[in-house]
Amino acid sequence: MKKVVSTSLLGFALMMSASSLAFAQDKTAKIGVLNDQSGLYADVTGVGSTLAAQMAVEDSGLAAKGWKIEVVVGDHQNKPDIGVNIVRQWFDRDKVDVIVDVPTSSVGLAVNNVVKEKNGVYLNSGSGTSDLSNAQCSPNTIHWAYDTYQLANGTGSAMVKSGGDTWFFLTADYAFGSALERDTTNAVTAMGGKVLGSVRPPLNTADFSSFLLQAQTSKAKVIGLANAGGDTINSIKQASEFGIIKGGQKLAGLLMFISDVHALGLPVAQGLSFTETFYWDLNDGTRSFSKRFQERMKNKAMPTTVQAGVYSSLIHYFKTLDAMGGNSHDGLKIVDKMKATPTDDIIFGKGTIQPNGRKLHPAYLFEVKKPEESKGPWDYYKLVATIPADQAFTPLDKSACPLLKKT
Amino acid sequence: MSINLQALSAQLLVGLINGSFYALLSLGLAVIFGMLNIINFAHGAVYMMGAFAAYFLLNLAGIGYWPALILAPLAVGLFGMVMERTMLKWIANLDHLYGLLLTFGLALIIQGVFQNYFGSSGLPYAIPDALKGGMNLGFMFLPIYRGWVVIFSLVVCIATWFLIERTRLGAYLRAATENPTLVRAFGINVPLMITLTYGLGVGLAALAGVLSAPINQVRPLMGADLIIVVFAVVVIGGMGSIMGSIITGFALGIIEGLTKYFYPEASNTVVFVLMVLVLLVKPSGLTGRAA
Repeated sequence: MKKVVSTSLLGFALMMSASSLAFAQDKTAKIGVLNDQSGLYADVTGVGSTLAAQMAVEDSGLAAKGWKIEVVVGDHQNKPDIGVNIVRQWFDRDKVDVIVDVPTSSVGLAVNNVVKEKNGVYLNSGSGTSDLSNAQCSPNTIHWAYDTYQLANGTGSAMVKSGGDTWFFLTADYAFGSALERDTTNAVTAMGGKVLGSVRPPLNTADFSSFLLQAQTSKAKVIGLANAGGDTINSIKQASEFGIIKGGQKLAGLLMFISDVHALGLPVAQGLSFTETFYWDLNDGTRSFSKRFQERMKNKAMPTTVQAGVYSSLIHYFKTLDAMGGNSHDGLKIVDKMKATPTDDIIFGKGTIQPNGRKLHPAYLFEVKKPEESKGPWDYYKLVATIPADQAFTPLDKSACPLLKKT
Repeated sequence: MSINLQALSAQLLVGLINGSFYALLSLGLAVIFGMLNIINFAHGAVYMMGAFAAYFLLNLAGIGYWPALILAPLAVGLFGMVMERTMLKWIANLDHLYGLLLTFGLALIIQGVFQNYFGSSGLPYAIPDALKGGMNLGFMFLPIYRGWVVIFSLVVCIATWFLIERTRLGAYLRAATENPTLVRAFGINVPLMITLTYGLGVGLAALAGVLSAPINQVRPLMGADLIIVVFAVVVIGGMGSIMGSIITGFALGIIEGLTKYFYPEASNTVVFVLMVLVLLVKPSGLTGRAA
């Protein structure tokens, strides 16, 4: 009997040491980049986000400290069911620790639930919907680069201030579009403006002329484009064809990325104003990152806000892992630690993360340069105003996030 | 809902513009299916290639819109003929399914290659100076370019219909599809004719591509987005019927335009709902002869 006890004690001790050993020395992490690799958001996210993730791995310096970090990529084709399937497979079979990027709000929200259920880490830079840090917030999620509240607030208020007090919306008919329309409507009415109406073209529409005509007949001073990527490009291009700008109406691209401006070309895009949280030519940090990024991109494109966001979010994640001394694979714990640590990187500068999972950094109101003002390719934006970090995003007392009620 | 007559007539006109693209594309499909019995799923890809050809002509060779209107369809048509000679020819006598799969695969490859090099946002192509601006019709502002698209494609459609249904060459062609051996016996080079017909169908798609380049972005996926709708148009009109595909193309453009006005959320689906209804009532399509 004594022997049995001692052997089992020995076994127990061995097990204890083995598990604690594993805990102290588990220096592995697996990153899942989930986005649109081939559809209308492929230039905003796509291979550029994968590259940004790889650059973050290299720049983190963790490999030199004995870490093994792996990046896997998935194409969700902008469909929530496909996205959810990939993420489940990643967690169950491939033991992925952290999901990054995930554009298309409908997919972003669906993935949000799975990551929470699997206790992973979710660093979303691609989705716009501000619901990720409001009603749908999750203790495993940090919403990183931008959101619809910040876009609406920046562009909406600026337009109303400069006299655009009546609005008509062209809204992409899915979660992101309606969130953006809702947030912009709030921003516009709060400033004393009025919304005259809206029309909802399906996602990925080629011809916007019918919708633009409806916007034209509404006589609204501002036509708000609550859409993104290819949809925004087509609507702006066709708006100039139908003489909407010449007729005195203004276009507000509520979500514009530099890839959109590049695709439109300055002759069509000039004068558009919109809000972004990142531009490659902001300061030395953004310039150095962007130049390195551009060199490695096959089509020599500059990084978009989303791609830069993927880099920034992973840098903070790696910093946190390094500080914790190992990867516990416990999403809740890691996200808590990430929230407790102030952020600092070359993309967004110094920042913080709110308890509801909203990453805070300044936002910028840009205007697209005239062709003669641009010094060369990718020299597209003029900085009009800077919105400080504490005013750019949803104030905590207005956030509907259930996580906030506990504290 | 109050119906604004002004807005409604504007939507009808816009629908007509989209209809002209549907008509041009479905016409090419109908020609190819009628004469070669091939369901050409690569049609969207060659449409996209037409737009890219115009872009390259302008940016690499400095050749503008007007010459591109002829050169781009010719170049893409040649590409199509090579495709027919090297690949499609070998499966001409097999089941339709093989042609469908082969052309579908080709379309994926072509799109993939373009996407690899040009991304998904696309490239800008400006409206030619002569067609810039617009006129005020009272009920709407009509960009001159769009008006040009409607008139030009109508002319091309009717010319193609005339060529096939009313000329001697067209008669040979139609005869060759009915009985190739017999037509050969008369000393007519049937394989060459078939190749040229495929080139014609592909050229029509490329022409539509050039026409659409200034309106939409020149994007690798521009054809993939459109081709499904165009197939629905062809099915509604009746596979292989030339006049049927022209009329259905324009009509469906108008119906889609009306949907965009009354219930925009459904504007991407209305064509398919109609397709289902037509197939239920008349499986061979509106103008198709029963097989």
